[in-house]
Order: sequence, then C-alpha cells, then structure tokens
Amino acid sequence: MSLLQVKNLVVEFPHRRGALRALDDVSFDIAPGEILGVVGESGAGKSLTGAAIIGLLEPPGRIAGGEILLEGQRIDQLGHEAMRHIRGRKIGAIFQDPLTSLNPLYTIGRQLVETIRTHLPIGEAEARRRAISLLQDTGIPGAEQRIEHYPHQFSGGMRQRVVIALALAAEPKLIVADEPTTALDVSIQAQIIELLKNICRQRGAAVMLITHDMGVIAETCDRVAVMYAGRVAEIGPVREVIHQPAHPYTAGLMAAIPDMSMDRERLNQIDGAMPRLNAIPRGCAYNPRCPRAFERCGIERPDLIDAGATRTACWLHAAPTLEGAS
Amino acid sequence: MNELVQAHDLAKSFDVSPPWLNRVLERRPRLLLRAVDGVSFSIERGSTLALVGESGCGKSTVARLLVGLYTPTRGGMRFDGQDAHAAFKTAEGRQLRRRIQMIFQDPYASLNPRWIVEDIIGEPLREHGILKQGSELEQRVGELLKSVGLNPLDMAKYPHQFSGGQRQRISIARALATQPEFLVCDEPTSALDVSVQAQVLNIMKDLQREQGLTYLFISHNLAVVRHVADQVGVMYLGRLVELADKKALFEDPRHPYTRMLIDAIPQMKHVGRRRTPVQGEVPNPIDPPSGCTFHPRCPLANARCKAERPALLSLRGVQVACHAVEEGRD
Repeated sequence: MSLLQVKNLVVEFPHRRGALRALDDVSFDIAPGEILGVVGESGAGKSLTGAAIIGLLEPPGRIAGGEILLEGQRIDQLGHEAMRHIRGRKIGAIFQDPLTSLNPLYTIGRQLVETIRTHLPIGEAEARRRAISLLQDTGIPGAEQRIEHYPHQFSGGMRQRVVIALALAAEPKLIVADEPTTALDVSIQAQIIELLKNICRQRGAAVMLITHDMGVIAETCDRVAVMYAGRVAEIGPVREVIHQPAHPYTAGLMAAIPDMSMDRERLNQIDGAMPRLNAIPRGCAYNPRCPRAFERCGIERPDLIDAGATRTACWLHAAPTLEGAS
Repeated sequence: MNELVQAHDLAKSFDVSPPWLNRVLERRPRLLLRAVDGVSFSIERGSTLALVGESGCGKSTVARLLVGLYTPTRGGMRFDGQDAHAAFKTAEGRQLRRRIQMIFQDPYASLNPRWIVEDIIGEPLREHGILKQGSELEQRVGELLKSVGLNPLDMAKYPHQFSGGQRQRISIARALATQPEFLVCDEPTSALDVSVQAQVLNIMKDLQREQGLTYLFISHNLAVVRHVADQVGVMYLGRLVELADKKALFEDPRHPYTRMLIDAIPQMKHVGRRRTPVQGEVPNPIDPPSGCTFHPRCPLANARCKAERPALLSLRGVQVACHAVEEGRD
C-alpha cells in the first residue's frame, strides 16, 4: 500500500473576484522508502504541494478539494493540534534555508531533545543520547561538544545536517524536503544529497524531494513528477522521464538545461514564461508555448494518461489510443 | 596585441578588525580579509573568460575590481593598453567607464522600481552625455530593447510588470546602451529558472557574435560556464588555482579542486549514481590554512603542500597552482 496518496488535490487562494487555483487536480502517491522528486520552475506549485501535505499552507491558501492520505488515513481535514502530532512524528520537513528552520536562541541540543520528547515517550537523558547519535549519523564531527552550540556557530552545510537530524528525530515515515540544497555550494550540495539518500534508505523513510535541479533529481530519486502551472505534467521513473520524456514541456525543459556531458552551441529555449495564476490558458496550460500543440490542446484539458513507461497529461499520447478504443 | 583586458597580480583586502576600543582593551590585532590575493589573467578581445568557484572565493570581488567599483589593494588592470585604475580617477576615466559595463545577479534588485524602462535604459546615455532627452533617445532605447528580444513599446512600463528573465534582458540592454566593449557579468542567470536561463544565455551569445563583445562571466555553475566560456579560471579562497581553455579544463582537469568541483555536479546522465563526495568545507578566509589553502581537503596533500604556497605555473598550456601536479604526483 502506498505510504502517501494525494488524490485530485486542489489548493485555492480566495481573491476579490473568485479564487486563484494554485494547484489543480494534483494526484500522485509515494511508496514506503521511495524517493519521489518533484521538479518544476518557479510558480509551478511544487512547494505548495509540499506545504499542503505537511499542513503548513499559508493562509488564505486552503485545500479546496481532493484528499491527502497518509497510511490510508485522511490528513487533509485534521485540525491544527492533530496535525502538529503528525508533523515531526510521521512527516518530517526540511526547508531550503537552514538558518530560518532553526531557532537562533536555543542550542541545537535543546531543539533536538525537545523534538524527540514531544513525539516519543522517553526521558531527558535518553533523548540527549539519541540526539548525539543523530548528529553523528548526519556527519557532524564532535557531536558531543557541538550539541551545546547555537545555530549561528555552524556553517551552512553543517546547519542543513542539523536540520536533517531534526527532521529524522522522531523517526518519521516520510520526509518532505523542499529545495534542501539550493542555498548550498556544489561541493556541500553533493555531501548533503548523499547524506539524505543514505540516511533515509537506512531508516526506510520515504522522501518527497522538491527541487528545480534536474541533476539532483537524476542522481537521487526513484521517480519524478514534473509540474507545470499547478498541475502534474508528467510522472514516471527517473530514467524514462529524463531520457524519453513524453510531455513536450519535459522535453523542452531537459534540452534547456546546460549539461556537462554535451556541447551545444545554443540551448533550447522555451519561449514565453509560465502563465500567471489569473491567466491560465484554456485547455492544456502549456499549449501557447508548446511547439507540438494542435487544436484539441487549446480546448480540452488533458489528464494523466499512460504514455509508455510514464504517465503524462498530453493529448499527443491520447489521440491514437482513443481512436483505437472506439 | 589582441588582449583587451589584462589583470596583473590583482589583490583586494578588506579590514574586518574589531572597533578600535576593543582592539585596545582586549589586545586584539587588526584583521584583514584577503578577498582576492594576487590574481592575474588576460582576456582576448571578443572572447569570454569565466571565473568559477564556491561562495567566498572572491570571484565577485574580481568583477567589482574590474569595473572600478573597488580600488585594488595591490596590482592593477590594463584595459586596451592603459592602466584602468589610474584612469578611473581622472576625467578621461569617464570614457573608460563607457567601455566597461556590468550586469548584476539579481534583476529584482538592480533595476529602480520607480523608474520606467525608458529611464532605466536611457540613464547611461544621458549620464555620459551621449544622447539628450527626446525622440532620439527614445529611438535608441527602442533599438536596445529590440536587440535583447523585447518590444520597444515596453519602454513605458515599470520593472514589476516584467518577469525575471525579461528584467535580466532589460539589465543587459542597459549595459549595452553605451556600446561597451567589455561586459562583466556577475552570476547573470543564477536567479532565473532554467528555461529562462536558456533564453538569456542565448541572447548573450548572439550579442557577443554580432557586436564582438568581450565577457568576464562569473558563475558557480560549471555547466553554464561550459556552455558560454572560451577560457575558465577556477578560484579558491581568493586565488586562481587553475586557468585553462574550456576544452582542456573540462576534459582534463589538473588541479584536485577543479576535479572535485566537476565531480560534484549532479548530472542528468548519471541516473542513480552513488558517489563519495569530497569531505570538508571551504575554510574561513580570515584565517586561511597555511601553504596551499586547499590542503586540508586535498587527497594529494603532503608536507610541502602544508608549508609552501604553490604558484600558478604553466604546465602543458594550462596554468595550475598545485605542488602535486607540478611534481607529477597526481
């Protein structure tokens, strides 16, 4: 059974004239121990999906439809208090900026011990031992001394290790990591990604890794969901999505990324920009920028359908099968 | 001589000492942060030199030194044969500044939100007395907007009416207004999404071909650098550790730090790769390690590396500052 199921999730921001749909009919699931990448450009709704799952949507944003199920239980309708128990205990969160995820006024030891004791029925001394071993597992040298230090005494990379330790403190089944390495330098990024991958494998925690870096996705994830204008454009195994993308947006995105392995005189450019929420085009949201758009794309909105090894929301893959079926 | 820009032993230190009273009472010494410590390179007319490195390696300081936003503590730069930093102080310096322009990283911070695009792009023209207010200026701004792929009618709009990529194109149009020969680009696409980054990089390449521009391109993204550069310099803690042709640098990196950087980039072709990342972090530049500053993280370091600072030496057409490479231990 899936660990997490997101079904037809809709997130709206109420507005003077109606509501802005930031997420529209988003569905995917995550299996236990799996790493799912969520990729897309700014404004695609990837962070919002993460925020909806951990119950941290900023008001006035609200879930206007669909369901989120964790281990078969609906968590999208839970109250504030009930959600607090799930956050940390069942779902851990890692954010982009490690400095804002930690309280600058408390030592990291105190923050770790507090998190552990909130969720697990153990004493102060035991929680402290656990905190030190967590810091050791996340690769912080001299954990016994470092536990007394404040966040500002750590470097960016070390801070993100502390945040990972904090997210894992109550042994959650799912980690939502929103751009965990974007603020870090490449050599540190490699360390953190490897740590996240290994430590979650060891503990059997699933990860939803939100990032805009396709390279990170390729090296880390099992499956990937590509988002565009609040919808999932394509979802499938990493290898297929990267090397045989079914959706023209995925294909365009892959060709736009300067890659170390190839020399190109010009990069493929996708003209135009992602539409604003108040002006999402009719039909497929990508159709005005799509080089392969045809009549149906501007009229009817595609849903996710099977396209080889991946599932994609694109009429290019629907037309023949529909005709074949009828 | 076809070298437009020559930097010679360029250095910049910042005084980060505690206040005078603390120094006296607590007997603490003056502290100097050597942001750039003896960097030399030259850029040929019409080509692109890229400087790469991690945060705090001094690459942005080099950019600011080259456009004259900082005065060097030591060394200097020759532009088209004349001493640029001496000239910046004189009246002719204005002429020189016209020929050197800069594009900044954040297109949200580098455009005045209360000015319309016409004023933003027209400012360097008015400032340098090239064109006065009026239809001529309007026409020139329109041409500049067209050259970066925007509509001339956009000149009546404010920056907030544009997306990030369009704003960065406005920055490029502004930099091009005085018809410069040398553009210093400090992380011009780091704040942009990949599809938009591709648009901006393509425009920069087209402009270089059409107008024979010379670029200094600062970036932390080696994949982008591989796409735009002719020559690449790798910086670590204020010094150049390797300077080579793009092809040589990417196909046969010599310095252990360059190898580490190239290896650390996540690549799309490596689906599910397992890696052993290099340990350690960039040291504090206020108190850099002795000898070769990379030695605490270097797999090839020995006693000589801890004691003696390696100089940038030419080895088979590539400049490398590494004892191990020099001795053939790599």
